[in-house]
Order: sequence, then C-alpha cells, then structure tokens
Amino acid sequence: MDAMNSNVATQPGRIYLYKRYERFWHWSQAALVLTMLATGFEIHGSYSWLGFEPAVRLHTLAAWALLTLWAFTIFWQFTTGEWRQYLPTHKKVLAMVVYYGWGMFRGAPHPFHKTVQKKHNPLQRLAYLALLAMISPLLWGSGLLYLFRAFWPELGIDRWLTLEWVAWAHTAGAFLMLAFVVVHVYLTTTGHTLTAHIKAMITGWDEVPDDA
Amino acid sequence: MTQHKPRGHCSRRYAYRFTLALMLGGVVTAATWAADPSPPADASAQEVLARAPGPGSSTADHSKFKALQGPFNSGSEVTRACLSCHTEAAKQVMSTRHWTWEYTNPDTGQTLGKKTMLNSFCIGDRSNEAFCQSCHVGYGWKDDKFDFHDETKVDCLVCHHTGGYKKPAGMAGEVPTERTELPAGSGKFIDPVDLAMVARHIGKTSTATCGSCHYNGGGGDGVKHGDLDSSLDRATPELDVHMAAKARGGAGFTCATCHQADGHQIAGSRISMTAADPHGPLLRGDTVHAGRNAATCQSCHGDKPHKQPSLSVGLLNNHTSKLACQSCHIPSFARGGIATKMGWDWSTAGRLSPQGQPIQVKDDQGHVIYDSKKGDFRLDENVVPDYVWFNGKVTYTTQEEKIDPTRVVKINTFHGGPDDPEARIWPVKRFEGRQPYDKQHLQLLVPHTATPDDTAFWFNFDWPKALKAGAEATGVPFSGDHGFVKTEMLWPITHMVAPARDAVACASCHTSAARSRLGDLPGVYLPGRDHHPWIDRLGWLAVLGAVAGVLIHALARVMNHLRHGKGH
Repeated sequence: MDAMNSNVATQPGRIYLYKRYERFWHWSQAALVLTMLATGFEIHGSYSWLGFEPAVRLHTLAAWALLTLWAFTIFWQFTTGEWRQYLPTHKKVLAMVVYYGWGMFRGAPHPFHKTVQKKHNPLQRLAYLALLAMISPLLWGSGLLYLFRAFWPELGIDRWLTLEWVAWAHTAGAFLMLAFVVVHVYLTTTGHTLTAHIKAMITGWDEVPDDA
Repeated sequence: MTQHKPRGHCSRRYAYRFTLALMLGGVVTAATWAADPSPPADASAQEVLARAPGPGSSTADHSKFKALQGPFNSGSEVTRACLSCHTEAAKQVMSTRHWTWEYTNPDTGQTLGKKTMLNSFCIGDRSNEAFCQSCHVGYGWKDDKFDFHDETKVDCLVCHHTGGYKKPAGMAGEVPTERTELPAGSGKFIDPVDLAMVARHIGKTSTATCGSCHYNGGGGDGVKHGDLDSSLDRATPELDVHMAAKARGGAGFTCATCHQADGHQIAGSRISMTAADPHGPLLRGDTVHAGRNAATCQSCHGDKPHKQPSLSVGLLNNHTSKLACQSCHIPSFARGGIATKMGWDWSTAGRLSPQGQPIQVKDDQGHVIYDSKKGDFRLDENVVPDYVWFNGKVTYTTQEEKIDPTRVVKINTFHGGPDDPEARIWPVKRFEGRQPYDKQHLQLLVPHTATPDDTAFWFNFDWPKALKAGAEATGVPFSGDHGFVKTEMLWPITHMVAPARDAVACASCHTSAARSRLGDLPGVYLPGRDHHPWIDRLGWLAVLGAVAGVLIHALARVMNHLRHGKGH
C-alpha cells in the first residue's frame, strides 16, 4: 500500500505528503485546539472575551468535536499505517538541532529529506511523540474527568480526587499546549520559503526546491 | 441562564414605592407604634372574602354550620365551636412551636424558641409578652401565668380566617370584640372584629394569614427575614415563581403548599434546617424517604433538577453537591419593593426632640432610619446575599452565655464546612446589630420596651429602668452598668425564588474573588476564580519562553538574511 502510494505520490519536483483526510484532520484539529485554548484560558479567568458561560459551552462543544475527530483519526492512523510516522528515532536528532541552531543561518542543506514514508524530521517525531504521549494524555485525562464530574460519586472517584487537582493538571496541560502551538506555528516558516510548509499542509503537495 | 436584570423593574419599583409611601403615610398618622405586626384587616377583608372557597370546592360549607352562627363574645367561644367538630385540633396545635414558643434544638440540645431566644431586632420576648404575643396562636398570654393547657385559648382563626380578623399588638393575643382604646388613654381606637362573620368564612391558611406574623417579625413588614414580606401576597413570577398567582404566570402556591402540615405540625424550621437533601423528589406513597422535610426544594424537584443537553454531562446538576438551590435561584432578596432591615443600632435610641418628644427620621424613600424608641436603622432592597457553608445546624447565643464585648457577638452561628457532606453553600442575610449588654456580668440583656408602664423603654427612654425590668423578667442579674455590643445575626435566604431565566449567572461566581458573589469562600475550586499560583507562573514562563525563543530565532534569521542576502 505504501509502495503504491509512493508511486502515485511522487512527481518531479514535488511529493504528495499529506492526504486529504490528514489535512482535514490537521486543520480541524488546529481550529479546535485554538478554540479550546481561547475559551479555556477565558474559563481560567486569564482574560475576558465571550463571557464565562458561552466560553464553557464552546469549550465543551469543541471537546466533543475533538473527541469525535480523534476517534476517526485513530482509526485512520491504524488502517493506513501512518501511526509509524510518530515512532521516534535517534538518528539525525543531533544533526537537526545543529541545523536549527546553526546550519540554517549558514545556508547549510537540510539534514533530513522528507519522503512519503518519513514525512517528519527526527525532531518533529520527538516533538509529536511528546505531544501525543505527555501533553495530550494530561489534557484528555484531566479534561474527561472534568467533563464527567457528574459520575465521580458513582465511580467512587470523589473519594480520592478533588476537582482542584484535575483543574491544576488541565491548566498545566493547557500551558504546555500553548507553548507547543507557538513553536509549531513558528517552525512552519522554516521551509524553503516562509509559507512552504503551510502550503504543503493545505494542498498536500510538498515542493522539493531545486537547490535542496 | 441570564443574570437578574433590573430592566423593567424600575417602573414596577416606583409603583411599589408609591404604594408604600401612601401606606406608610397612613400608618404613620394612624399609629405612633412603629411596630405593628398585623396586616390591615379592613383593606383585605372584602378582597379575601371574595376569594374564600365556595361550597363547590369543599364537602363542608362552614357558613351553614349552626355552631358557627354566633354571636361570639370572645375568641375562646369560637374555639369551642371549632373543637365541637375538630376534637383533636387544639391538642395538635398545643404540641407545636406555634403554641409553646419553645423548642429543644435536636442538634444541640439548646432550649430555644421565641420564648427565650435572643435576636438583634427587638431582642427578646419576655417582659414584652403583651406586645409580642399578638403573634402567639392563642388568646391572653401576657405573663408567666398563662395556662398552656387550656384548649379554649388556642386561636384557630388567626391561621384559618379568610379576612376581617386582626389581633393588635399590645393585647396579648386577644381579639378586640368591642371598640377598644389602645393603648389605654391614647385616644386611638381599634374597631371590633365580627367573630361570627369571620368564623363562618374560615378556610385554609393563606399567605396573608401566615404572613400576618411571619412577614412582620422584628417589628414591621419585611424587617427580619429579607425574603419574607407582604409583596409575596401579590407576587409576580419574577419575585417568586411559585407564589405568584396562576393568573400571573406563577404556580399559585401558598406557604402551606411547601410547608406541608401534618396534624398541625408544619414542615420547615430556621432553627434546625435541612441544608442538603440529596435525594429525588418525594412521591406519594413513598416510604423510603419517609421522615424527610417536605419543605425543601428537592422534595419536589429532586436533587438533579436541571435538564441540559447530554453533551454537558450534568454540568449544572454537578453544582448541587456544593450549592443549595437557593444560592443560584434567589439572585437577591427584598426584591418585592419592601426594604428589609440590614442593621440596627440600639445605642443611639432615646434621643428626643427639644420638646422631649420621641422622633423619627426618614430617608428619601420614606424608610424610617432613626426612631427614638429603637435607634438607628439601615435598610436595603434587592440585596445580594452573603454565602456561607451551612449544614442546617444553628446554635444561638443565649442570655446565660458570657460574651466578649471586644468582638462582634454572633447571635447565631451557622455550622458546617466544605468537608461536611451535609453542608452546602447557602445564601444568607447578614444582619448587623448593636444591642445592650451588662458590662459587669458580660451577658446580653433583654430590654423591657413595648408595654406602657413605668419602666418600658419606649415610654420612658430610660435604659437602666428598662434593662432592670427586662433582666428581672428573664431571670438574669443586672449590675446597673450597661453598654452596647456589636452583634451579627444570619438569616437563611430561601424564599423569593426567581424564574430559571433570572437565576444567578455563571460569571457572577466564576470570576475573580474580588468580584465573585462567593468572594474567597473556601472549599470549592471555582474555575475563573481559583488557580494554582505556581502552575500559572511556570505556565506563563513556559509560554513566554517559547515566544522569546521563537523571536530570537526569527531575529537571527532576519539578520542573517540581511547580511548574506540568502539563507532562510
């Protein structure tokens, strides 16, 4: 299947990196995460925008939408085998760090070349794994406990857990997510043009520059 | 849910104020006794009689009863007539607090009840019985010689009349059967009550009969509770969604709809309250929940009353594990256009005019804010309550207890905290008083005030005399050295339930402690109010670090680009 895709997906000067569902997933997830950050920090009392009650409603709605999206995405990851894209590797991690910290200012070539099989550079893999294995569980775990507070007594959860701890965990996760978004958005500008990465995530096609 | 909006209330409030001003004007000229705990009998008589149940709604038409044709020379004669059919009624009444004014608090063992309890308003009943006992459900309790076992002394009519019945203060609960000068020698006369007419038109209790006493605690309409005043008799749904008449879009409740009586035992008590009732609604024939207080919100609505989309996963119902229903559904009290007293300073009482006459001072709205007999008052309308953890148990400072006059004396204490499963966050009226105490014995004192004689404060303006008489009547020593101590008294807010659309908005509590209705009340994590300071500090540091790192990196790229004209 991968072989078939790679045949279809490679054209001279560009490769088809992000499939239609993947792009839909990415952008709707981006919108939902931004919505949840905006409403979440309003609920937290950090600033005022929609008002507390509308913010709670929108936050809850976005949570359900994201849950649904994830249900489809997990299915998609496994059926397509794309989940392998998130397996970490130690190869070239240092090279990537050196590139971002030094090489890219010197015009050094990118140490990693994207392929359909390996669309994330080693740093990206690590970053997404951290997102997937740390930030997401923290947010989802605390968020679902928050959302399903009504069931705590039945499940006996309120005997060993208070809302305070859940809220703290959720807030910590939100800060990490916000920091991730900041860095993630910035790194989209590090393609061969400022908008190359974003264009690729919109069209699916990653243009391979002549000089790369 | 939207916040309680004042829009549209203005015109109504002005209308109330206008009516109130007219009524006040009338009352002030008609009586120098500022505290008249009876409703205007004549004004409501025709109106109430017109509403009296016709023969169609009952199997008995009392107006046809021979026993009720009269004439009756006294209230007790009517009672005898009632008891000729309702043989057990008096015994039932005599076992209630309405009769005994005595109550052993099951939670604390304290002997309470109106007979001995202190408050921050008129302070105490004893030595003032002839005045206060106009609200006793009996005839003639003017001193300690009253016979509590005489069934004919039970006053059936005061609760069951449908109009035309009034017991003036100062007659020890007797009903005037002839034109009476009151107080004697004052030149003011009280019209007699037509007992036979009243008896033939008896019916179920009404908001007006209950309210004739319960609205008027503390010496006037709305004074004491803040959530109980005569505006409930003509409630709009916005004022009280249950008590507003059906014709006005309310549920048409009377007091007794919630305060269900069983053998004259009436559900609900402010001394021993049901603060939490985490059960479903009471159902007819349900024996599982027998013994529950019928007067709670939950007894009808259950403890999960909010219908919300399932995506919200019981968001509002979650709140019932921490909050009393009243906390959200009574956005403010004294909403019906009648002000409630929020403070009373007895220490300034006794200031007289240059001619030596007692005076009254009124504010712009016509509320009396100073009275020579009573001191300074602070009144307020549309009051946002205070909120406290409360498990239903209340203890009272009794006269025997030693007080610390350097601190605010809590006349009553609401118990419970966040870790108490019986406790919920309750709205309360916090009343601030300043009242007499004995500086040597360090005990609160009850002044003799209300009945005209040589010692009563309202007629002599002499504190030592009044306090001595009060101390004798209450059986405590008086050193002759009195002072005034700051006191505080809490009143649970549970009436004046607004329609759901006027419930307290989420953001009224879920906001910074400085603006939150709950202030910094501990024991709950309130999103929007609470946070962990270090998580927030470190969190923002991480975000700022990310932004700074990104900016530095971007800046380096830009400078590199400018220098070399290439690269990224």
